[in-house]
Amino acid sequence: MARLSLDNVTKSFANFDAVKDVSIDVADGEFLAVLGPSGCGKTTLLRLVAGFEKVTSGEIRIGSEVVSGKGGSVAPEKRRVGIVFQNYALWPHMTVAENIGYSLKVAKLDKAVARRKVEDALALVNLQGLGERRPANLSGGQRQRVALARCLVAAPSLVLFDEPLANLDVHLRASMEDEFASFHKRTGTTIVYITHDQAEAMALADRIAVMDGGRLAQLATPRELYHEPANEMVASFISQGILLPADVLSAEQAGHCKVRVLGTELIVRCRPGERPRAGAKICCRSADLDVSPDGPGFDGLVKRVIYQGGSARIEFTPSTSPDITLHFEQPDPVMLESGSRARLRIRSGWLIPAVGAAS
Amino acid sequence: MSTRIRESRGQEMVLTAAVAIVIVLLSLLPMLRLIKEIVAPGGTLSTVAIKAGLASPATWIATWHTLVVGIGGTLLAVLSGTLVAVLVTLTDIRARSAMVLCYVMPLMIAPQVTALAWLQLFGPASPFLKLFGAAPPLGTRNPLYSTSGIILLLGVQYGPLVFLLVRAGLRKLPRELIEAARAGGAGWFTMLVTIVLPLMTPSIMAAAALAFVSCVGNFGIPAFLGIPANYLVLPTLIYQKLAGGGPAVLGETAFLSVLIGIIAMAGILAQEIMSRRRDYRISSTSLAAEPYELGRWRPAVQAGMWLLIIVVLFLPLFGLVLTSLVPGYGIALTAKTATFDNYRFVLFEHDAASRAFFNSFWLSIAAAFFAVLVAVPIGYLIAWGKQRWVRLLNLSVELPYALPGVVLAIASLLMFLRPIPLTGIQLYNTVWIILYAYLARFLVLALRPTISGYHQIDRALEEAAQVAGAGLFTRMRTIIFPLVAPAAIAGGLLIFMTALSELTVSALLWSSGSETIGVVMFSFEQGGDSNYAAAMSVITVAVTFVLMLVTNLLAPYLPTGVLPWRD
Repeated sequence: MARLSLDNVTKSFANFDAVKDVSIDVADGEFLAVLGPSGCGKTTLLRLVAGFEKVTSGEIRIGSEVVSGKGGSVAPEKRRVGIVFQNYALWPHMTVAENIGYSLKVAKLDKAVARRKVEDALALVNLQGLGERRPANLSGGQRQRVALARCLVAAPSLVLFDEPLANLDVHLRASMEDEFASFHKRTGTTIVYITHDQAEAMALADRIAVMDGGRLAQLATPRELYHEPANEMVASFISQGILLPADVLSAEQAGHCKVRVLGTELIVRCRPGERPRAGAKICCRSADLDVSPDGPGFDGLVKRVIYQGGSARIEFTPSTSPDITLHFEQPDPVMLESGSRARLRIRSGWLIPAVGAAS
Repeated sequence: MSTRIRESRGQEMVLTAAVAIVIVLLSLLPMLRLIKEIVAPGGTLSTVAIKAGLASPATWIATWHTLVVGIGGTLLAVLSGTLVAVLVTLTDIRARSAMVLCYVMPLMIAPQVTALAWLQLFGPASPFLKLFGAAPPLGTRNPLYSTSGIILLLGVQYGPLVFLLVRAGLRKLPRELIEAARAGGAGWFTMLVTIVLPLMTPSIMAAAALAFVSCVGNFGIPAFLGIPANYLVLPTLIYQKLAGGGPAVLGETAFLSVLIGIIAMAGILAQEIMSRRRDYRISSTSLAAEPYELGRWRPAVQAGMWLLIIVVLFLPLFGLVLTSLVPGYGIALTAKTATFDNYRFVLFEHDAASRAFFNSFWLSIAAAFFAVLVAVPIGYLIAWGKQRWVRLLNLSVELPYALPGVVLAIASLLMFLRPIPLTGIQLYNTVWIILYAYLARFLVLALRPTISGYHQIDRALEEAAQVAGAGLFTRMRTIIFPLVAPAAIAGGLLIFMTALSELTVSALLWSSGSETIGVVMFSFEQGGDSNYAAAMSVITVAVTFVLMLVTNLLAPYLPTGVLPWRD
């Protein structure tokens, strides 16, 4: 178990920065998810931590040891990290037990001890009795478990997951998610988990690092990311937040301020110290919207109604700003129809901090 | 921290240095020695040799001829080899194992044996045609003494080479890729053209480059078919000049060999460029595709395949066997005239022949074993290495094979004519100079499939071992070698079969006591004893065939894919 620190890590390929000035501190035993759309640099980040890539500038420390930095780079085989690869990377020429026991064999562990550890690891991932199988004869979920067992058996100080569920079907994903969570609880290992799936990240992680274009967009708990996104990218990326232009009308008081959005005034949550300004944005969630036929709000057009079983997803365009689309859910009985007019009310929202504001 | 960094780089440095030494010794030194001979004959800079070469019209004619038969032979080999590979690998054709075995056989027969066999089949003295009384009258020109004859035999000779590489690629193709295309509405033929062949581009390109290099450097076929028609290609021109002029024309022949080196390099470069335009790596491991059901076409396709095999394998071999049973040139074969005297002679009455069998066997085994061991680390640096200069390695290893055997033999002679400096070891006039030349020449045969193997392995497999704590050498031994072993060992087998009846290198390097099978066969043929040559050829072919069968017995203990002719 060890903490992992990245200090201003930058990785450039030719003339393109894959990772740009990223600083993250992962506490001992923490489960950190690195989340972002494809091409955001999250896989490069993982390869930097693992040591497959060398940093262009900045420093990476595992525990108290500098593993990447100015002085050079510790080879991956000396870092004592475990990786669960996206496509498992199980060695096809070895049995399951040989795959799992490989690192023990490399470390020249006593054979009997190694065999027992392999048995334990197999039991840990519920694969007892499959040690003599070949990876080719396993199902996707079983391969995933073997990959997990293989990385656990060496008791690494840090485990990296590279989109481990991307190749699994939905049902398997849910059960593997449970397994990862219980594994983390049991072992207390520090985990860095790369994914593009927010639900996965939210369900598993203590904190989530959202990456965008090689930069760290926000590092926060799942709850904070959802409720208090630090910028527009995070706001719209997480749970399809709705971004609306707003003018701040009053200074912050007890975590709230008054804004004008789509011609109506409302109170939103905000960071301490916000002052009146124009051209701001608020983020609201579909749960913050409701239909209010007679009350305060704004009128608009229902563009689409998508029934989803028990509720419908409504896409709505306000009359004053036809280029904005809001979406929300309406539980059964669904009244709205596409093409009809309706009046909406925003109950609450979050004022996105001004660009450059200290977090 | 700094010691840990140094440690981890240490193994990489050792590996790189070892590979560099091997390549310098086997590729660069002979090449440099050769170049020194043309730019500075006798130790002083001069352009005499180059000017003499450029001024000679024979040079240009031979270059043109080389290109014609090289490209023609390659096209024929690629078309036939790829077609057979697709039919045999992806359809439900029957008797697949037998078909593969038979189709690959010509590759394991030395070019001069192929030439001899075909000539015996169609010539005026053909015992085969005489069986039907269809032989042309004595003195008639053999139809194979022509450009198209040379191209045909080159295609026959190297089609199996293409077949092996393409088939190896096809077998690694995950069935999902094929199934996804079929599910996407593609018919079998559309799928073949849009999915399979594009994905096979690296294999086909590698095979084409190898076939081109082989055709251009081939000596046996143009020597047997071209020289009587006065149709000279560069290798035969070099051989004739050397045979006529001796050491005095070394500079001139060195120039010609550099010329042929340039032609071969152009072919390899074209392949490198073509296969780098896209990424063809296949990362998933999967089962092989379900064979396509030919349905009512199956009998026709099978008949066509067997007809092809009869024409390229059984008829020539049959002709060869008949010739080996005939007591003398032009005599018709009947139950009365048939004799085993030719066999008795080459096996028991001729000392050099039995020595030759022993020598060729251990030379081939040593060359194959060494090449497999070396191809894995070199392939690693070329396929996965980060340093750019390493890519040049590929070219420098290709060179000794791209150059015709005659040229490497000359380079070896130039290098070892005098004892090795500092040690005083004399290789000249021993069997060791032949071994050296074999190692240098055939390394690429193991390296090419190995690199193809690397390109199809997901590198995460190595990275997983790396994070498990395995250093470079451990990874090499436990992960990388087992994964590329099928490709590398297949290359080793190719080397063994090529080296066993190799002629061109040993023809110039042999000495009394170090004869090879090819040398003894060649001297019989040159002396007009086609019947003895045929008998030796039949024995060689039989030994190779038996060897393949014996190796087949080992198949269950070998990883799949190691034996190219087996399913």
